[in-house]
Amino acid sequence: MSRRIIFYAYLVCLMLPLYWLINLSFKGNVEISTTMTLWPIEPTLRNYAIIFTSPEWFDGFLFSLSYVALNTIISISVALPAAYAFSRYCFLGDKHLFFWLLTNRMAPAAVFALPYFNLYSSIGLFDSVWAVALAHCIFNVPLAVWILEGFISGVPREIDETARIDGYSFPRFFVRIFMPLIANGIGVAAFFCFMFSWVELLLARTLTNSKAISSIMTRSVSASGIDWGLLAAAGVLTLIPGALVIWFVRNHIAKGFALGRV
Amino acid sequence: MTKTVDNRAWFLVLPVFALVAFNAILPLMTVVNYSFQDSFGNNQFFWNGIGWYQELLDPTSELGGRFFAALGRSAAFSLAILAIEVPLGILVALCMPRSGTQLAIGLVIMALPLLVPWNVVGTIWLLYTRSDIGLFGWLINAVGIDFNATRNAAQAWIVLIAMDVWHWTSLVALLCFAGLKSIPDAYYQAARIDGASRLAIFRYIELPKLGRVLMIGVLLRFMDSFMIYTEPFVVTGGGPGNSTTVLSIDLVKIALGQFDLGKAAAMSIVYTLIVLTVCWVFYTVLVTRDSQEAQP
Amino acid sequence: MARIELVDLAHAYWTHARPAEYALKPMTTTWRQGGAYALLGPSGCGKTTLLNIISGLVTPSQGQVLFDGVDVTNLPTERRNIAQVFQFPVVYDTMTVFENLAFPLRNRGLDSRAVDARVREIAGLLDLTPDLNRRARGLGADAKQKISLGRGLVRPDVAAVLFDEPLTVIDPALKWELRSKLKALHRALDVTMIYVTHDQTEALTFADTVVLMHDGGIVQAGRPDELYDRPRHTFVGHFIGSPGMNVLPAAVDGLVARVGDARISLARPYAPPKAGSKVEIGIRPDHLRLAASGGHAAKLERIEDLGRVRYARLLFEGHRLSALVPEGEPPPTGPEVRLAFDAARIHVYADNLLVGEP
Repeated sequence: MSRRIIFYAYLVCLMLPLYWLINLSFKGNVEISTTMTLWPIEPTLRNYAIIFTSPEWFDGFLFSLSYVALNTIISISVALPAAYAFSRYCFLGDKHLFFWLLTNRMAPAAVFALPYFNLYSSIGLFDSVWAVALAHCIFNVPLAVWILEGFISGVPREIDETARIDGYSFPRFFVRIFMPLIANGIGVAAFFCFMFSWVELLLARTLTNSKAISSIMTRSVSASGIDWGLLAAAGVLTLIPGALVIWFVRNHIAKGFALGRV
Repeated sequence: MTKTVDNRAWFLVLPVFALVAFNAILPLMTVVNYSFQDSFGNNQFFWNGIGWYQELLDPTSELGGRFFAALGRSAAFSLAILAIEVPLGILVALCMPRSGTQLAIGLVIMALPLLVPWNVVGTIWLLYTRSDIGLFGWLINAVGIDFNATRNAAQAWIVLIAMDVWHWTSLVALLCFAGLKSIPDAYYQAARIDGASRLAIFRYIELPKLGRVLMIGVLLRFMDSFMIYTEPFVVTGGGPGNSTTVLSIDLVKIALGQFDLGKAAAMSIVYTLIVLTVCWVFYTVLVTRDSQEAQP
Repeated sequence: MARIELVDLAHAYWTHARPAEYALKPMTTTWRQGGAYALLGPSGCGKTTLLNIISGLVTPSQGQVLFDGVDVTNLPTERRNIAQVFQFPVVYDTMTVFENLAFPLRNRGLDSRAVDARVREIAGLLDLTPDLNRRARGLGADAKQKISLGRGLVRPDVAAVLFDEPLTVIDPALKWELRSKLKALHRALDVTMIYVTHDQTEALTFADTVVLMHDGGIVQAGRPDELYDRPRHTFVGHFIGSPGMNVLPAAVDGLVARVGDARISLARPYAPPKAGSKVEIGIRPDHLRLAASGGHAAKLERIEDLGRVRYARLLFEGHRLSALVPEGEPPPTGPEVRLAFDAARIHVYADNLLVGEP
């Protein structure tokens, strides 16, 4: 039973910082800076009220969720055929191409921040959902290709050949037969795309005029001292989309993290 | 599995290629271009040849010294978190229940830190560890140790490492858990019948099966920890002094703070090459292992 | 080495199961030391459950397992002193073949000289000697399964070696070879072996006692020829032999069995069975003769040529039958044939159970 104790101790360590965040989010700034209590003595909804009454915060949320969704859709739809090609065919330069793709997942975002600003400004996409969605493709597309390739390689080739003999055209075969077969893989890839796009800040901040929710948060930190309570409340709210996604995929998490490659 | 040779497959890869090339090649060329030039503000650029690279790779120069110091900090950070997260992740995976409600709840809690925006991770740990308002900082002080991560470099490092362990150990643990689940029951039964100790089961059954997922885990964790920017920026801002100024932070300071685009670009190129080399080694090992296992 | 006794043993995979839902129905039986037993039966008949109860991987819901009179029902696997070989090869990938075979011995603290001698002996019996220093990872499925077998056999003191369909992943050509190897090992090592399979050829060639299971219970245990010649249950008749025994609904009275309009004479008189019971007669295809004249009228549907033997598929009083066409005889022609029953080989069944066991 000592195993269970270790496991629960780990879970408690994971929860403690989150608990503290939630705790602070219900306190006023005076209480935060003058007393140290494990729960709010004078619970207040002031911090949340500020956020919900300010259109800036709401728009920030909406903006972030839009580019995350858009990025996930773009990444998966271009990665699917490519992953199929890498899994099924040998072609000129395939191995080099695959590694080159992966290298982009490895490229430090800090390196690209400034050139991205130039690039997206020059094509007039600066400060739009599209700029962030496209920019995040640089790390999400390679990851999606890599994950999907693992899942596709697990599907026997005989399925492809049978479909061809049955007279399916390639696009029809791919959409009607193949995609349902790797639905799990698509789900896992989408989950990871969502995750990495949602948590990224540097590019999102560089490519927008502080529209993304994460950058709105950092801005309120530096304005006229730090409003700890407000910061905590905003932090709590940014946890919610992630928590919702996890709740929906909770039964597939263990399998998903195998990435089709165990 | 033999693959069909067919160059028409390029058509399937083309969208990915175009999209990534647009995002990677154009900016990369911009960076390469900057790295050979010097700027004096007002968008005036002068050809500087490989001057920046010479200065960068010379530890006695001001830029070189700064670069190697930051590189050392990044490497130390990556090593430290790998040394903690990998064993801890394996341990947690071994301790997880195999099924049931406890597992479901555990999985949800474990996945939660992974979906927290990185700047919020920083914020959470800032609030958690500050000595005046944070539970962690307050507790350490209450024990009688003078704790203030904004003044003490060693304590700042502890906070950063603890934060990364909190943030990412679950990824390693979840990968390992998936690997452990793929071991058929017959292996454990056979080991019991063979009279194997718990340690022997781990050493000869579990660890070999985990090899693959651990490689993936180490690769992902190395890439992300070596490039880490947002979280330390929020928590320590690179301080106190320069003690937690890792490569990315230094890079952004030079590029956007001092607007020394040439220096920053040269640094970016060297930085990227280091990341690529290490990852290439990992990737080669992974692929070689795969092809070995594919053989009967 | 041990005598294995199962006393009133039964198992259900969930509590409060009704008797019909038991994976294993109550059974009491004794298996002698040094015997080669095959647990034979179709998928889902409970044979793997029984094996896992003996090895200790499953704890039975009721009853006892005794090894040489000692109750081991609640002992964990590792303290039962048994060895088990699984359906799929279980080898330790990172070890060499030698280390794999030595593993169970080293875990029990044998000194290295004894380990070395025993491993070499077993490797020799299994033709693994040339591979001893190779890594197990790179070997083929049959070599890996040989290692699993070897790990099962390497301990000199095991109470029993249990095999759970060990040849499933082996090529048909090698199957035969491994099977005869097992038989030889059994003779050489004098250990109790229990072998689970759904393949009657495997069971009949390997075992000196075949235990046929059906629907969670043992229907018959005996020498292979007993199961063939005197099936005690119609299921045994169906399952053993290919094609299986012909079973026909009949009315039996004295020396005569009536099937439809045909009156078939029996070798000895039978009392009329209890009213309401289902009465059948069974006869193997080998004991039916196609005759030129005499016998009963039947209709020939087709001849099935299995290469070595030929079987005639017949329609007799509305029931389908198989009959062996003896070697060298020309196959019968024409739809109308005459059919002769070997009276001494006809078994009578009431409610599926053999009647009048003398």
